[in-house]
Amino acid sequence: MNEPTTKPAPAVGASQWSDAWRRLRKNRAALVSAAVLVALAVVSVVQPMLSALPYDRADLALGPTPPSAAHWLGTDLYGRDLLSRLCFGGRVSLAVGLVSTGLSFVIGTSWGGIAGYFGGRVDQLMMRVVDVLYTFPLIIFVILVLAFFAHQDTVFYEAFVAVYGLVNERARDPGYLPLYRLFFVFFALGSVSWLTMARIVRGQVISLREQPFIEAARSIGVGHLGIVFGHLVPNALGPIIVYTALTIPEVMLVEAFLSFLGLGTEEPLSSWGLLVAGGAETLDIYPWLIAFPGLVLSLTLVSFNFLGDGLRDALDPRVRRDS
Amino acid sequence: MIRFVLRRLLSLVPTLLLAVTLVFFLVRLAPGGPFDQERSVPPEVLAALEAKYRLSDPVWVQYKDWLADLLLRGSLGPTFKYPNRTVNEIIALSLPVSIQLGLWAMLFALALGVPLGVVGAMRQNRWPDALATAIALVGLSVPRFVLAPLLIMLFGLTLYWLPVARFDSWRHMVLPVFCAALPMAAHVARLTRAGMLEVVRSDFVRTARAKGLSERSVVLRHALRGGLLPVVSYLGPGFSGLLVGSLVIEKIFDIPGMGRYFVEAFQNRDYNLIAGLSIVYGVLLMGSNALVDIAYAWLDPRVELGR
Amino acid sequence: MSVLEIRELVTEFRTDDGVVRAVDGVSLSIARGEVLGLVGESGSGKSVTSLSILRLLPEPAARIAGGSILLRSKSGGELDLARATKAELARVRGDRVAMVFQDPMTSLNPYLRIGTQLAEVLELHRGMARPEAWERSRAMLEAVGIPDPGRRLNDHPHQLSGGMRQRVMIAMALLCEPELLLADEPTTALDVTIQAQILELVDAQRQRTGAAVLLVTHDLGVVARVADRVAVMYAGRIVEEGPTEAIFAEPFHPYTVGLARSVPRLDTPRGRRLEPIRGMPPRNLGPRRGCSFRARCDFALEVCAELDPERRAVGAEGSRHLVRCHSDDVAKMRATLPGVARRLEVLP
Ligand SMILES: Nc1ncnc2c1ncn2[C@@H]1O[C@H](COP(=O)(O)OP(=O)(O)O)[C@@H](O)[C@H]1O
Ligand SMILES: [Mg+2]
Repeated sequence: MNEPTTKPAPAVGASQWSDAWRRLRKNRAALVSAAVLVALAVVSVVQPMLSALPYDRADLALGPTPPSAAHWLGTDLYGRDLLSRLCFGGRVSLAVGLVSTGLSFVIGTSWGGIAGYFGGRVDQLMMRVVDVLYTFPLIIFVILVLAFFAHQDTVFYEAFVAVYGLVNERARDPGYLPLYRLFFVFFALGSVSWLTMARIVRGQVISLREQPFIEAARSIGVGHLGIVFGHLVPNALGPIIVYTALTIPEVMLVEAFLSFLGLGTEEPLSSWGLLVAGGAETLDIYPWLIAFPGLVLSLTLVSFNFLGDGLRDALDPRVRRDS
Repeated sequence: MIRFVLRRLLSLVPTLLLAVTLVFFLVRLAPGGPFDQERSVPPEVLAALEAKYRLSDPVWVQYKDWLADLLLRGSLGPTFKYPNRTVNEIIALSLPVSIQLGLWAMLFALALGVPLGVVGAMRQNRWPDALATAIALVGLSVPRFVLAPLLIMLFGLTLYWLPVARFDSWRHMVLPVFCAALPMAAHVARLTRAGMLEVVRSDFVRTARAKGLSERSVVLRHALRGGLLPVVSYLGPGFSGLLVGSLVIEKIFDIPGMGRYFVEAFQNRDYNLIAGLSIVYGVLLMGSNALVDIAYAWLDPRVELGR
Repeated sequence: MSVLEIRELVTEFRTDDGVVRAVDGVSLSIARGEVLGLVGESGSGKSVTSLSILRLLPEPAARIAGGSILLRSKSGGELDLARATKAELARVRGDRVAMVFQDPMTSLNPYLRIGTQLAEVLELHRGMARPEAWERSRAMLEAVGIPDPGRRLNDHPHQLSGGMRQRVMIAMALLCEPELLLADEPTTALDVTIQAQILELVDAQRQRTGAAVLLVTHDLGVVARVADRVAVMYAGRIVEEGPTEAIFAEPFHPYTVGLARSVPRLDTPRGRRLEPIRGMPPRNLGPRRGCSFRARCDFALEVCAELDPERRAVGAEGSRHLVRCHSDDVAKMRATLPGVARRLEVLP
């Protein structure tokens, strides 16, 4: 009874997307949010390329300084440039948003698509798994998995070394352990965030699978998987986009949360959660160290939520909150 | 109804067993743990571990004994960090604190969120509604661990109104409870508003109006119950959010609850304590989900009790 | 003397396409103890008319833009419901004027016991204490023919069938012995045998307490059975109004004729398709010009495109038979309607 309601997708046509676009364009909050997000992403990606101040270059003699011409957002306890660290954190958030959401997207659409398409026993079994996992406290589970497996002596680490070794032959260097941990967080988050996506996709697929165009595809010999991924999932794109837009801030928040607790991204790497945690320790003496990371993190999450709401109103007018 | 309750509670058993089993194998088989010879663990802890896990037995025998120990005597074993304390003792100390924080936060979130949502729905699309909607969206976006330092800075360190650490009197509880509750209150307000808007348009509310009831009675007696069902559904996930949020709240406000021990145990790789606390969290969360389902069935007479 | 008199009522809806006049200048009056049937195709504005009377429209999308709705008391007092305050409305609703809605499945509160929902009316308007209110409610359920009413009071709506639920709705409406009962398609959602029972119930109440009834329906058979007078609605207006026999035997408006023709008749051979009126009803957007039925009318004249027909009296002297139509070619119209009289005879 806690299931999200899934409604049949309307037939998707070009006019529908232009309708949605028209509705979205009228939503000023959503547009501003999208602009803010693009700006934040661009700055995070570009700043490290242009700046002469790497995120991890310490200057102990300098120590913490408030914003100045040399360091626009000031420096932290070790004299590191806060703007650079913030931008690195932005990259981490961006990466979490892409990798974890991407993973949850792949698992969720496959799981929901297959369950919904085949129906019957397969569906029952697959959705039962989802139901059971739903009752699991998944963040606690992520923390557990992190606690037990985000170490050097695991197969996961070997896998990381093998893959990362392709681009960096010193992958086994202990200096890269924080990076390994970061990837571990990405995958852990992605692999627990797909449940709602699976339910939504399944609902959509069930409502679509009896439609004539699916019959038509079948009659010209398209295989099962071709129908699921070539025809059903693309036609359920509206709700999938909406839910994806809402998953991104969620995984970003969890990463920041884990890092804040010291369970996620580790020094000397940087992440918004880590920066907030550091800033919170000295908030009475160096307030800028918490103000900027807190602001940027909150702004990102608020923007994503406004954008997600806007997308939902635009793509699924039946659940529009204003009638 | 009683049968429904029993069945719902019984349905927890397999999930809990699964969770507990998972935890056992995670602890027992995780690499880099205390069972590795390389790690230096105090001898008395090793002895306690030996007693608890009977390390010389085959794994499945260990599992059987461990499970029996857990189920029959409720024993969660020793901790690594505090050699003369058991996990049970730590939980006995910290669980009441966390529960207190969680329940107050939940109450506060409902007391704040429900009226806001109702007002939003009743003043639909006018500026108070738009403002409340925007505030709620911001409220549920700003993480607790950003909100808390900000409020500490404002109320504790600038205005000196409230203490900012520990958990000794109601004045100590104000800030942590507020910070823990705010995102949940925002969720509750949104769900209430949406639920009320849906119900207020329904035929039976029109019937209530046709009876001559005042707008107040229409809302309170007829609309609210249906409008709040989405909120009831959310209480399970919401409570889970509170518990998870209490990890950061307890850390920031230095409150000696389970969350703080959990994070510490993680940093110390105190595997057994992590396992024990996870089990308690699991029981709390699944139990609260079951309670929510029961409450829902009680509130909505149409829920089939016989399934 | 009429208990309700509606004068030139206009009710508008704000929609994405502009303002729709769902009710566009309706005048009606209902005498004490009279059953007035309000008929018309779906979308013609019947529900909006009846909801307007008790001001139960979905606000703020809908509003009463003009006219008056006079509720007269026996002592001669008069209250204009279109302008009444919230408090005045609250006193009238459920007490002097009660309403029964179309869909019994959704019109009862699913979360409350039947008894609670009934008793609440008496507690509100009669100031009864709960036990007394429950006892009265039980008696009322019995009166509307619900078996084992004492147990039903403790049931929730989903435990009752559709017919039972509509009986409950009627019981709820009758609790305070209203002077006027508004029934919006009370039988449409029910099957035929239950329809008849519900109609009998409404009629019995009228006879017992002298209540007036506004019976909204798109089923002419229902109207022929219980109504004293009939008003025919089209595109937000009353196009014809008169005594039931006159409306069926001597209709003056081509739309009424068309309606009568589209009703299934007992002597219709099986399998023969009914003849619905061709075309679609218009939406009342923008100013009215000419007769809104002319596009579907077989007897339209040139004047119909220019002038909105006024109301005029027709038929027998003193029969209060009114019609809005320019055409006088009644004989030709009725020629398309063989067997009207016969049909009336076979109706009970
Ligand atoms: N909620 C609404 N929003 C917009 N227009 C409405 C609404 N309800 C009714 N209308 C308009 O009023 C007209 C009459 O509706 P109604 O009174 O329900 O017809 P009926 O005669 O079938 O009861 C409809 O054709 C429609 O144009
Ligand atoms: Mg109607």
